[in-house]
Amino acid sequence: MAAASLRRGFRWALRLRAAPRGPGSPPAHRQDRRLRAPARDLHSDPDTHQYDDTSQKSENLTDVVNVTFIDRSGRRIPVKGKVGDNILHLAHENGIELEGACEASLACSTCHVYVDEEHFDKLPEAVEREEDMLDMAPVLQLNSRLGCQVILTKELEGMELTLPKITRNFYVDGHVPKPH
Amino acid sequence: MSRLRGALLAAIYRKASGRQALPGVRGLSSKTGSELKVCIIGSGPAGFYTAQHLLKYHESAVVDIYEKLPVPFGLVRFGVAPDHPEVKNVINAFTQTAHHDRCSFYGNVTVGKDLSIEELKQAYHALILTYGAEANRTLGIPGENLRGVYSARTFVGWYNGLPENKNLNPELSSETAIILGHGNVGLDVARILLSPIDLLRLGMFLQKTDIAAHALEAIAASKVKRVLLVGRRGPLQVAFTIKELREMINLPDARPLLHPSDFEGIGQIVKDLPRPRKRLTELMIKAALEKPSGNEAERRAAASKEWGLQFLRSPMEVIPGNDGKWVAGIRLSVNKLEGLGESAKFVQTEDVEDLECGLMLSSIGYKSYPIDPSVPFDHQQGIIPNNLGRVLHAPGLYCSGWVKRGPTGVIVTTMHDGFETAVSVLEDVRSGALDVSASKGGYEIMEALLKQRGIRPVSFSGWEKIDNVEVANGEKAGKPREKLLDVEEMVEVASQRR
Repeated sequence: MAAASLRRGFRWALRLRAAPRGPGSPPAHRQDRRLRAPARDLHSDPDTHQYDDTSQKSENLTDVVNVTFIDRSGRRIPVKGKVGDNILHLAHENGIELEGACEASLACSTCHVYVDEEHFDKLPEAVEREEDMLDMAPVLQLNSRLGCQVILTKELEGMELTLPKITRNFYVDGHVPKPH
Repeated sequence: MSRLRGALLAAIYRKASGRQALPGVRGLSSKTGSELKVCIIGSGPAGFYTAQHLLKYHESAVVDIYEKLPVPFGLVRFGVAPDHPEVKNVINAFTQTAHHDRCSFYGNVTVGKDLSIEELKQAYHALILTYGAEANRTLGIPGENLRGVYSARTFVGWYNGLPENKNLNPELSSETAIILGHGNVGLDVARILLSPIDLLRLGMFLQKTDIAAHALEAIAASKVKRVLLVGRRGPLQVAFTIKELREMINLPDARPLLHPSDFEGIGQIVKDLPRPRKRLTELMIKAALEKPSGNEAERRAAASKEWGLQFLRSPMEVIPGNDGKWVAGIRLSVNKLEGLGESAKFVQTEDVEDLECGLMLSSIGYKSYPIDPSVPFDHQQGIIPNNLGRVLHAPGLYCSGWVKRGPTGVIVTTMHDGFETAVSVLEDVRSGALDVSASKGGYEIMEALLKQRGIRPVSFSGWEKIDNVEVANGEKAGKPREKLLDVEEMVEVASQRR
């Protein structure tokens, strides 16, 4: 248990240093962008639904993952998702203003969200292509992820996803020319 | 699959349209009894994202999007490289916006020629200029107009089927091409020039993209084997991004030529850089300094093409060949850098260097044109002077996208920018700064004028007919589409009965 949380905390620290990935490692194949399985540890594997075998509960109840979106005006919107949902689609299903210009194909950064620290560590590491797209996101933070790459598991119960505020000050703070 | 997503998005937008960002906007139209009529000029991402936000947060606003070409979507259609189709998925979101019952598209209408800004101001409460940047910066050096010298913008228009560039017929018979500029457009051009036509790789090879057929043919017959990207400043000032650089490094049958000496001293600075710049620079350093081993070494040794980055070189003169008509090379000044980081400046030294080439492409930035004398324009910056999208000294005029901020930024930046301008419009409606008390005629008035002038606007369903024809034509060749290249043909197809 301690080792697991140490490992997760360590991943956070690694992210701080943004460990470089060189040209030798191949970019993730387009097709596996959303299907990357989360780290297998103590909790259920979302693909095989390993539940207590005496349970008579319907899949509906045990499948639920409660998360909270915090929109650009600071409003908290609790949402019920299901294991396996991706955050971008969940946002759309609940009328939350999270754009997905490239429709979850790792070709843009419009679904950029901040994940609360506790749950950020529980997410599997971003593939190189996601990191590349995140580099383009305005107001990037240590806990930034692309919503289309965050897949719900039971472990993510209580996760909070904050939409980056593009405030009026966005272009005022030492404007950096953006690539095109 | 994308149709399903499209339907889902449509349902979501309908559901979400009940929500509001600004309290009080909802009641406005019923108070005044007149509908807010907005005219958007330009149908690229800036136009569509601004429209999307307005439609969502104003209950009754009517938004009309005017576009010079018969076809919408601007640089998403004509700028994004053919081998980057996922970037174009945003077209589905734009299509949903166009299908909104308070949104209309009018293609084949050139504002500034077919309709004037003044006429539009009579018919609409607010005009939003989102026409982007269709020109390119020029080098301003001797020999710039020699044959074999093109702007990257024109070249991209050529391979992407932009009607005005279809007859470019670029000369691809020499082995070396030089691209001036260290941005993504330059990398796109380099990649398209060197991409294998038919090599199977991750299911995406050039002949199965929506690249214009004439360009595919020309590139298949091209002799270009070596592309050098030349920039004025150093590795820490490159404007391209990591995804595009990675694509070049991994390009099949091509080897990177980066000089280790260009990266001296950079390794020490890298760790303190902001993340995006750090990752990009580390990738470049690795490509320049690390000796590949095993398969990668073999691959590079066997590669028949190569590409490289040259730093600290400014173009001084394009050198003609013996006939005096065609480019044969370029004379470059050797530069040094003053200052650090992204704002470092280049300073020319006495030294020069000549490089041979038979094809030269300048990729040094886009540029906007002023659309109409009545719209303020800052010629130095190449933008419409504005504050948060409100055009200065021009009530009722707004702008978003490249014509507002300058021609840099990817779709996410333009998206946020479009929303910002929409918010400015909505705020002005609420505060009364934008007077919406008088009823305006909107498109009805424009329709009469266009008819008088013999202009045939193309509606969104007209575009969909063009779309169907292009997709059908592409199917025969296993391509997602084969774009129509002729404006008249587009208008004909759009006006057919179905």
